[in-house]
Amino acid sequence: MNDGLITTVLIALLGGALRVSTPFMFVALGECLTEKSGRVNLGLEGTLVLGAVVAYATSYHSGSPWLGVLAAGGAGAVLGAIHGFVCKLPRVNDIAIGIAMMLFGTGIAFFFGKAYIQPTAPRLEPLSLGAWTGDAKLATALQINPLLIVGVIIAFCMWWAFANTRWGLLVRMSGDSAPAARAMGVSVDLVRFLATAGGGFLAGIGGAFLSLYYPGSWNQGLSSGQGLMAVALVIFARWNPLRCVAAALLFGATGAIGPALQSVGVTQGYYFFNAAPYILTLLIMVGSAGSKQAAREAPGELSITK
Amino acid sequence: MGAPKAMMAEPLIEPAAVRALGLDASRMTKTFGSLIALDDVSFTVEPGSFHALLGENGAGKSTLVKCIMGFYRAESGALRLNGEAVEIRNPRDARALGLGMVYQHFTLVPSLTGAENLVISRADAPAIIDWKKEKQRLADFLDRMPFRAPLDVPVASLAAGEKQKLEILKLLYLDQRLLILDEPTSVLTPNEADEILGLLRGMTDRKEISVVMITHKFREVTAFADHLTVLRRGRMVGGGRVEDMSTGDMARLMIGDTQITTRAQRTEQSTGATVLELVALMAKGEEDKDVLNCVNLKVRAGEIVGVAGVSGNGQSQLMEVLSGQRPLSDGRILIRNQPFEPTREAFFKLKIFGLPEEPLKNATVPRMSVAENMAFRSFDKPPNASFGWWLSAAPMRARARELIAAYRVKTQSPDTAIGDLSGGNVQRAVLARELSGDVDVLIVANPCFGLDFASVADIRSQIMEQRNRGAAVLLISEDLDEILELADRVAVMSEGAITYVAPIGETDRATIGMHMAGHA
Repeated sequence: MNDGLITTVLIALLGGALRVSTPFMFVALGECLTEKSGRVNLGLEGTLVLGAVVAYATSYHSGSPWLGVLAAGGAGAVLGAIHGFVCKLPRVNDIAIGIAMMLFGTGIAFFFGKAYIQPTAPRLEPLSLGAWTGDAKLATALQINPLLIVGVIIAFCMWWAFANTRWGLLVRMSGDSAPAARAMGVSVDLVRFLATAGGGFLAGIGGAFLSLYYPGSWNQGLSSGQGLMAVALVIFARWNPLRCVAAALLFGATGAIGPALQSVGVTQGYYFFNAAPYILTLLIMVGSAGSKQAAREAPGELSITK
Repeated sequence: MGAPKAMMAEPLIEPAAVRALGLDASRMTKTFGSLIALDDVSFTVEPGSFHALLGENGAGKSTLVKCIMGFYRAESGALRLNGEAVEIRNPRDARALGLGMVYQHFTLVPSLTGAENLVISRADAPAIIDWKKEKQRLADFLDRMPFRAPLDVPVASLAAGEKQKLEILKLLYLDQRLLILDEPTSVLTPNEADEILGLLRGMTDRKEISVVMITHKFREVTAFADHLTVLRRGRMVGGGRVEDMSTGDMARLMIGDTQITTRAQRTEQSTGATVLELVALMAKGEEDKDVLNCVNLKVRAGEIVGVAGVSGNGQSQLMEVLSGQRPLSDGRILIRNQPFEPTREAFFKLKIFGLPEEPLKNATVPRMSVAENMAFRSFDKPPNASFGWWLSAAPMRARARELIAAYRVKTQSPDTAIGDLSGGNVQRAVLARELSGDVDVLIVANPCFGLDFASVADIRSQIMEQRNRGAAVLLISEDLDEILELADRVAVMSEGAITYVAPIGETDRATIGMHMAGHA
């Protein structure tokens, strides 16, 4: 009996990890790219929310959810580009601009999103990878969103590119030693501009997942700070795209603790368990503050590590 | 003037018997606002020569090479490479023409490996890097070089000498055939410096490269350079073949007619009792590494103990420990056999004063006024304060005026922000604060770094004066000449420990150098 309960909970956690980790993953990968280039973009929460509404609206009007995903990425890239552009002006602090961009992003998302709370847009279809198990619960848990797979592929590409491509090395160089990059004739501002825009593109796609897959509708409380948590997650993942994926899955799983326990009848502390990802974020921040390993792997040009 | 005729037609890339580039910069002028940084300077480097560029800080050496490298554009003047007129608009142009520069500060990216640094520095770095092929090419390249450096570990983990070698290897890898080195040996042990400069000299003798070296070390000029040019206040004041000049001539050219205040003479005196004693000091740095590894040292009254060592062997950390900026993990500091905690109270009671390195950062608040900064030791004591907390500005300002006059601090008024003063004047202002009272213990670190001759002589004589008055002086310096000039005893610091102590009369540069390198 007990075993059955544990299995149920574990399956629910697995399902949760696979279901809700995708936006964490995309935002974290985007932030990872931006931070590797030496800049922090705290505005990705706003990017996530704007991406969600743009994806929903595009999907509603065009009938194609994938077009919505691309549009969300485009909107994110624009927000990232604004951040990247403003930050290269003299004496501009990227943290302050990030917070401003976060408020700006959520603001315009709410403004344009009013009209899309009611209508229903076509959503992304899941891939059923669990049919072979013959277990209904497991099959449900293994219903995987195609964006998750795309995210994992992007993570591997980024990991490979940071070590094996000219662009990857230029990004790392700009993030670790801007004077060295400049002495080499590299335009650090351009690299960071592009990295921030690229990071915004990924975060926007994360937003598309929220409105087009899970929870799968547009409302103002959609993100509830996931974009901010993803920034913390990058520190936890120590600026490694593969570890970003693992960390995103871990966050997804903790987010599913509450519903998983509820599904087996543990209703006490439901809201407490729902707060698990936030508590985890706090613990990670405290834990990594003293971590010398994390300090060593941090890009040297980040304003938070300087 | 001008390169030999045979060189003129040589294409830039094709390997030839003489690959070194000749440079001819004529009548270069560059102004920054009202300051004339370069005034009609002409400068010729023959192919395959090792050319020293001498001058004090602010003489225009850096401006000259930055104009050549395309960081600045000179208002007038012309550049010729191997006799052909060239225009260099930015550093990229300079690189394409075969001019490379090694900066005082390393330009390698710390988190990238040596191999990654080299490959990405190439203008034609491939979009997708085939590491197998590149590693092979790098190995072939290293086989042709007179020296090597590790390529497979992140640059951050290399020693200073290895980094410097890698910087030079990078330029050679990029096929730069005129290398400009900006004080290349400041972070190296004497042995490392001799090795690297000797190898470069060998390459110039084989006419593979030409070298321009900015320096103020006469020893390196006479040992390695064949030509020199001396700049003073933006003008070219002399030059020629090194063998035709004595170091006295060079010094005269560099300093000009500036009056040097007479040095405080070392009075012969018997040293007193031990005042400052460091017992097994241990301290940790980043990643829990021991940056101080059991430092033992005694300083007696009326003597200067000079701590020599290559930059980064724990000297900064020792200074930080002594001034209370870094906690000790073990060991103790004794003043007259009493345990000492670096608190403001104890500094005041035991009359301990100090001049840390980079005083603008470590001993002042840049945006506060000169008067306020000068009152840091005394602002809460009468007459500056009543009841210990009610401060009055007038006595502080009056005292600052006295000190400014006595220590010849050049400032517009006592109310000027100290950050607006020049380096030498910040140094003097802090010294004025620290030396104005009764000093029992004086701890100074790199007191003359980056200063002109007049300030250097001035500050050294102040330190000597304190010694003559009976203070115990600990002088931590990366400038061996300074230690040889001032110290009564020399201690060498290597890898966080004092590895050698000797009276100044019983040791010499070579022995100290050996210990600095840790080979003894």
